[in-house]
Amino acid sequence: MPKLSSARLTAQSHFRTLRLGTPFQPRIDALMKTNDWYDWGGYRAPASLWDEELEYFAIRSQAALFDISPMVKYRIEGPDGEDFLNRVTLRDVAKLKSGRVHYTAWCDDEGYVLDDGTLFRLAPDRFRLCCQERHLPWLLDSAIGFDVSVLEETEAVAGLALQGPTSVAVLREAGFAGVERLKVFDLAEFPHEGGRVTISRTGFTGDLGYELFAPAELALSLWDRLWKAGELRGIRAIGYTALNRARLEAGLIVANADFVTAEHAIRPDRVRMPDEIGLGFMVDLEKGHFNGRRAIAQARAKGSMRHVLVGLEIEGNIPAEHAIVYHKQKKEVGLVSAAIWSPMAKRNIALASLSRPYGDTITDDLWVEIYAMRELRYERLMKRARIVPRPFIKLDRRTASPPADF
Amino acid sequence: MTSFDAIVIGGGHNGLVAAATLGKSGRKVLVLEAAGEVGGAARTEEFAPGFRVSSAHLLNRLHPEVMKTLELERHGLSFGPIAPSVALSRDGNPLTLHGAYGETLTGTSASEQAAWQEFRAQLLRYAGILKPLLARRPPDLGNMSLMESSAFAMTGLSLRRLGKEDMRDFLRMLLMNVSDVADEHLADDRLKGLLAFDATLGSHLGPRSPTSLLGLYYRLAGEISGQPGAQALPAGGMGAVIAAILSAAKSAGVGVRTDAPAMKILIERGRAAGVVLDSGEEIRAKTVISAINPRSTFIDLVGTRELDTGFVRRIKNIRMKGNVAKLHLALDRPPEFSGVDATGHRGRLVIAPSSDHVERAFNPAKYGEFSPEPVMEITLPSLADTSLAPDGACVLSAVVQYAPYALKEGWETGKPKFLKAIMAQLELYAPGIGKLVRHAELLTPADIETRYRMPGGHWHHGELQADQMMMSRPAFGASGYDTPIDGLYLCGAGSHPGGGISGVPGLNAARRIIEMRG
Ligand SMILES: Cc1cc2nc3c(=O)[nH]c(=O)nc-3n(C[C@H](O)[C@H](O)[C@H](O)COP(=O)(O)OP(=O)(O)OC[C@H]3O[C@@H](n4cnc5c(N)ncnc54)[C@H](O)[C@@H]3O)c2cc1C
Repeated sequence: MPKLSSARLTAQSHFRTLRLGTPFQPRIDALMKTNDWYDWGGYRAPASLWDEELEYFAIRSQAALFDISPMVKYRIEGPDGEDFLNRVTLRDVAKLKSGRVHYTAWCDDEGYVLDDGTLFRLAPDRFRLCCQERHLPWLLDSAIGFDVSVLEETEAVAGLALQGPTSVAVLREAGFAGVERLKVFDLAEFPHEGGRVTISRTGFTGDLGYELFAPAELALSLWDRLWKAGELRGIRAIGYTALNRARLEAGLIVANADFVTAEHAIRPDRVRMPDEIGLGFMVDLEKGHFNGRRAIAQARAKGSMRHVLVGLEIEGNIPAEHAIVYHKQKKEVGLVSAAIWSPMAKRNIALASLSRPYGDTITDDLWVEIYAMRELRYERLMKRARIVPRPFIKLDRRTASPPADF
Repeated sequence: MTSFDAIVIGGGHNGLVAAATLGKSGRKVLVLEAAGEVGGAARTEEFAPGFRVSSAHLLNRLHPEVMKTLELERHGLSFGPIAPSVALSRDGNPLTLHGAYGETLTGTSASEQAAWQEFRAQLLRYAGILKPLLARRPPDLGNMSLMESSAFAMTGLSLRRLGKEDMRDFLRMLLMNVSDVADEHLADDRLKGLLAFDATLGSHLGPRSPTSLLGLYYRLAGEISGQPGAQALPAGGMGAVIAAILSAAKSAGVGVRTDAPAMKILIERGRAAGVVLDSGEEIRAKTVISAINPRSTFIDLVGTRELDTGFVRRIKNIRMKGNVAKLHLALDRPPEFSGVDATGHRGRLVIAPSSDHVERAFNPAKYGEFSPEPVMEITLPSLADTSLAPDGACVLSAVVQYAPYALKEGWETGKPKFLKAIMAQLELYAPGIGKLVRHAELLTPADIETRYRMPGGHWHHGELQADQMMMSRPAFGASGYDTPIDGLYLCGAGSHPGGGISGVPGLNAARRIIEMRG
């Protein structure tokens, strides 16, 4: 092959790997038995690794290790960091103390949710924002007029979620001294291999759990450190299917699964205001201006919000995934976005988006239509659904302080 | 601490018109002007000992509603005679448009005169359709039903009044370029050059740029003394226009403070609450009206923190890099332009020998270079108003294109070169003029920006092109004089319909505020 074209070919290697590996990929590849991959924001991520049922139970009764590196991460730093984030996000960042994390969301001018995510206050002037979607141009344009820098650090920072009842014991065993002192939504830095790892008591499972962030170069040694420490405490690597069940039990929503983010929505009626997806509690109209404030205040004043996100408990045990919700078995009033039979709650649960007034003032006589495929024939089931509070399960160990050791 | 019903930021003519209209409605109004004098780009200033001039030098669109509402004639405004336009030619054979934009034409063939009459009538007819749209507040698409908006479009365009063929041609031509349209009707290069110049004056367009015809319609939608397309050098200069508006404002009880630059618009809980001056002084008011550039208003005075990100993006994307320079010459005596008679010298003299010439002048501006052979519009204001120059001497005022705001080599070194290029052109049309120059002042867009606090030095406070007109002017979210901030309104040239000494944005904004009980 002529030299020029071979040089060109090497330079074009990007399209040979359409899904990237994360910094933990060698470990995950070694554990992968099902070859059950999915695409998470351009990364090759495991849907399951060995058994999705048992992976779920690892979350609830052992310690489950889940690679969250593909999560989009921004480093936000500067004297105006707090003001900037107050302008961008819904909650009052002045109330977020250094060393704390909160769950928040942000909107476009029209008050439609662009994404939800977690905001870590690493220092008074230093933050990390974690989310599903990419927002760098939006964040940079939002930074005009603020003394703040916004840096994309998705690739540079590796992330792991360690969730489950024995997770604190694993961390302690791994030598992260004092980790048991972290209360829910606390974070702290710990030394690791001459560098640092940030550990927060956060997660997406409704269980006792932690999230760890470290420079990508330290990823594998961090994994190994946890793996070794967890050997006798049932540590298991898990994929997204198991996590998805746990998050649904915890009543947590997922962008572009339970709602369509404003920049992704193509159809004009698919965008959602915070109040329409259960995030109305975040909106702080008292804190000063933030993106979408005027639109949200106006929609509230006019009562013009058209949707509501609810938790449903459905009779029977057949998951009502993507089922249509009816009022009086007749009028179509919404759609289920996620549903499972919950092993913890022992209930058939779902998240659904309903058109107001259904789910808002009219809450009785709701039904879901489930099509159950039984040996190449659909059986149409009309099942009664009841609106129930979220989360569907509440585990004391999630918030117990100090957490129980194992 | 005194407090006002309304504070107007910027004492340009639009700010004064808005203030006077609000004052007449019984509101207590204060105008804050950064400079030592009101009037903005229309104020008259001394540029050499005994020589005075204003940057805006010709009146062609001061709106009759403004005249009427503020009773400007009672306050001393008179237009003087309708001024002719002279398309200069190097061989001493100029072409002259007499009356209101060439009611009669001299200096060309009989067939060209006939063609012009037909074309002129068509242009005025079509500009007349746009006229109501360029006079009222643009529609709110968001809060308007489809029925209403289409009804607006229909009545607004009054297309129904046109015959079928005329309607078809109106729609065909609407977004065309002036050069192609002129070529369809005319043969005389001087005439086509003049149209090309008039259509593109004050914008970043060449005559062959798509939509450039709109600029000509915009001009012809203006009128003086009820005559569409007419122009005048007002008696007493532009200063007299400002003086009349100021007098109307004062008799309506408006307070005016000069040397009072606004630094910040106070916002409390999403509502405008007053203004902070650069001295730190705070003045409170229920309503704040910004008669200055929209970008300065939002980015500098309101600040991005009070605004949504998408809106900030749109404001930052408003194109407003000016292309016009202004030349002021203090001359020992009146110059003589070849072949031009005495009335012609009291009119508007245009150097734009052909449409191609204007286009070639535009080409370098696209790449950050000035025109080596610039085109220009010249007046000799001291001929009509002798107070503007010492006895026997003369003021020459010229609007010159193209002088891109962001000159690649920088205006510091570019300016003397550009002045030389302008003088070389003048010399061709008025031989010997160079020797009469006592003093020359050239204002580049950068100078205009500083002197009048007009970002980009832009004539219209933002390009006046199809995408920045009507409900997109200055940008979605701030059109129709409203802003995202309650109690804050816009009323300058950056708002609909655009720039020029018209008073329309000022008047419409005041009416909107009265309607909204602001
Ligand atoms: C070179 C040139 C020649 C022109 N010639 C003509 C012409 O012949 N005929 C014509 O009709 N039009 C002409 N125009 C266009 C016309 O001058 C403008 O469109 C018009 O002046 C706009 O009026 P305005 O009142 O909206 O704003 P401006 O005239 O720009 O007035 C704004 C005022 O606000 C003040 N201001 C700015 N910032 C602050 C602040 N922070 N606090 C307080 N005050 C502030 C400024 O000092 C200024 O006085 C010309 C423009 C230029 C640049």
